[in-house]
Amino acid sequence: MIKVRVPFLPFVLLVIALVAAIPIVTNNPSLREELFLVLMLVTLASSVNMIMGYTGYVSFGHIVFFGIGGYIAFWLMLTFNTHFLLAAIASAIPAALMAALIGIPILRLRGAYFALSTVGINEAMKTFMTNFEPFGGALGMFFNFSIYTQYGGAREAAFLAYYTMTVVALATITTSYFVRRSKFGLSLMAIREDQDVAMVVGIDPARAKVIAYVISAFFPALAGATFFFKNGIIEPGHAFDLLRSIESLVMVVLGGIGTVAGPIVGAALYEWLRGFLITNATFANLQLALAGLLLLVTVLFVTAGLVGSLRNRFPRLRAYIQ
Amino acid sequence: MSLEALLPSAIDGLMLGFVYGLAAMGLTLIFGVMKVINLSHGPVIALGMFAVFLLSSSFGINPYLGVLAAAVIGLLFGTLIYFVAVDRVINAPELTTLLATFSVNLMIIGVGTVLFTTSPRSVDIDLGALRGSGVTILGTHAVAVVIAVLAAAALYGFLFRTRVGKQVRAVANNRAAAELMGIDSRRMLALAFGIGTALAMTSGALLSTLFAFTILSGGTYELKSFVIVVLGGLGNPTGALVGGLVIGLLEGVLTVFIPVAWVPVFEYLIFLVMLQLRPAGLLGSRA
Repeated sequence: MIKVRVPFLPFVLLVIALVAAIPIVTNNPSLREELFLVLMLVTLASSVNMIMGYTGYVSFGHIVFFGIGGYIAFWLMLTFNTHFLLAAIASAIPAALMAALIGIPILRLRGAYFALSTVGINEAMKTFMTNFEPFGGALGMFFNFSIYTQYGGAREAAFLAYYTMTVVALATITTSYFVRRSKFGLSLMAIREDQDVAMVVGIDPARAKVIAYVISAFFPALAGATFFFKNGIIEPGHAFDLLRSIESLVMVVLGGIGTVAGPIVGAALYEWLRGFLITNATFANLQLALAGLLLLVTVLFVTAGLVGSLRNRFPRLRAYIQ
Repeated sequence: MSLEALLPSAIDGLMLGFVYGLAAMGLTLIFGVMKVINLSHGPVIALGMFAVFLLSSSFGINPYLGVLAAAVIGLLFGTLIYFVAVDRVINAPELTTLLATFSVNLMIIGVGTVLFTTSPRSVDIDLGALRGSGVTILGTHAVAVVIAVLAAAALYGFLFRTRVGKQVRAVANNRAAAELMGIDSRRMLALAFGIGTALAMTSGALLSTLFAFTILSGGTYELKSFVIVVLGGLGNPTGALVGGLVIGLLEGVLTVFIPVAWVPVFEYLIFLVMLQLRPAGLLGSRA
């Protein structure tokens, strides 16, 4: 018997890159917009999975890093006319630093207290930005159309944003894979299962958790910078949207918490379903209720999510699907 | 802003604090008994508002009878939520129960938006006002305080003076031991979820007599309840009432000195500091 082993990571990256190339090749702008959103959601879900799935800390307000990245990059581009790519990187670093600063105190809290803290941080940030005039206050900031000229026009800027989001998504997945397969990932999962035992075997939980939190904050900040660059307008309600934050947790659970492929499958499935419900006349109004029902059924009966259930049902797949 | 505005504003805030506290008691009771953070809290508050609105606008029922009806509906509805969404995952890690109650949140908001749209509503009620030197107390606010206090007293009477109430507390303290004493813990959990929901709906019903509202209004009060609950100590109903008063007073006092929009920033900062320094709350023992 010949055993052919498809290497997991290159396969997943190739599939995503190929799918991302479809709207470029077929020159289909509406599909490009849709995939842009899916890639963003994949980034958000995979990031939150690193702190929630691997480490067991439910970061409910994780969208705060998306908002911070978006705001800092937007402000840099608007005020100093900084190039988008530079602004994106320049925004992700402070977001990661902030994750380290707030992570040190709040990651000491366990369970519900941590989850509530992250909600508090997001809401505090949102209300602060609503009042912070240098960043536009409640109205937010918006681009003049001429800002896109240095990228060759709005159309080219949209392409640049799309390519960037693709690269960010691929980088997030790669990071997620290597974290999970590394010794560091093992220490995170040990903390998830039993923090006290993890300490006994020589893991420094405080340090490991903060590092995981910083990594999981870096990519959403890049995604936020890219999203709002393309969007051309940023305001607090949209940047620190708690509903979107919770949606990314839903995607993780739907696909399979703690797996590499789960958040990808979950994000794609969730977005596809939402698109279907919105365009379907019968369900358009009830889409939230149906999303709720789907979530409830998943939480109650398919606890491991799609990828997790597959792995549990067919143990041999575990060698192939991470 | 002058200091003359301070007293009326503080009194007004304090009175609102009772209503906030009542909602927070519902949230904290559920957490205290079963360690579940109820994310359907906000929409349930909004349902309380709409219960009063529908009863008074369609059937001409007195809004305060509507408040009573909201409490009864809340008790039944909460029990239903428990059996549908929470019972199966009651022993699962917190993420599971968070998402289970959040799914209820989505369903209520989804159906509610279709039925009621998101346009603002208000309950037409005017009970006059008490006027003193520079201080005006609206009748609706005074009645809301009285009802909130009565509801809180009823909760205490139930928890400490009745057999079933003691059983609920026993389940909260130690579920396994309570079961060994022959208590049906599942029924007690369902009852506690029902009471928590009833308190939230009552609070929403009272709020509907004070302010205009939409189906999405519950979200604001849900976040406020989180802040209050943490201030008073998660799982501590007395703390929730005290926390409600503190937040109400704080809102009343702060708005005199700083723009209204900055007030939530301070609320959330207090919330974060409390979680760090005294997670057991103002009344709890030092962490």
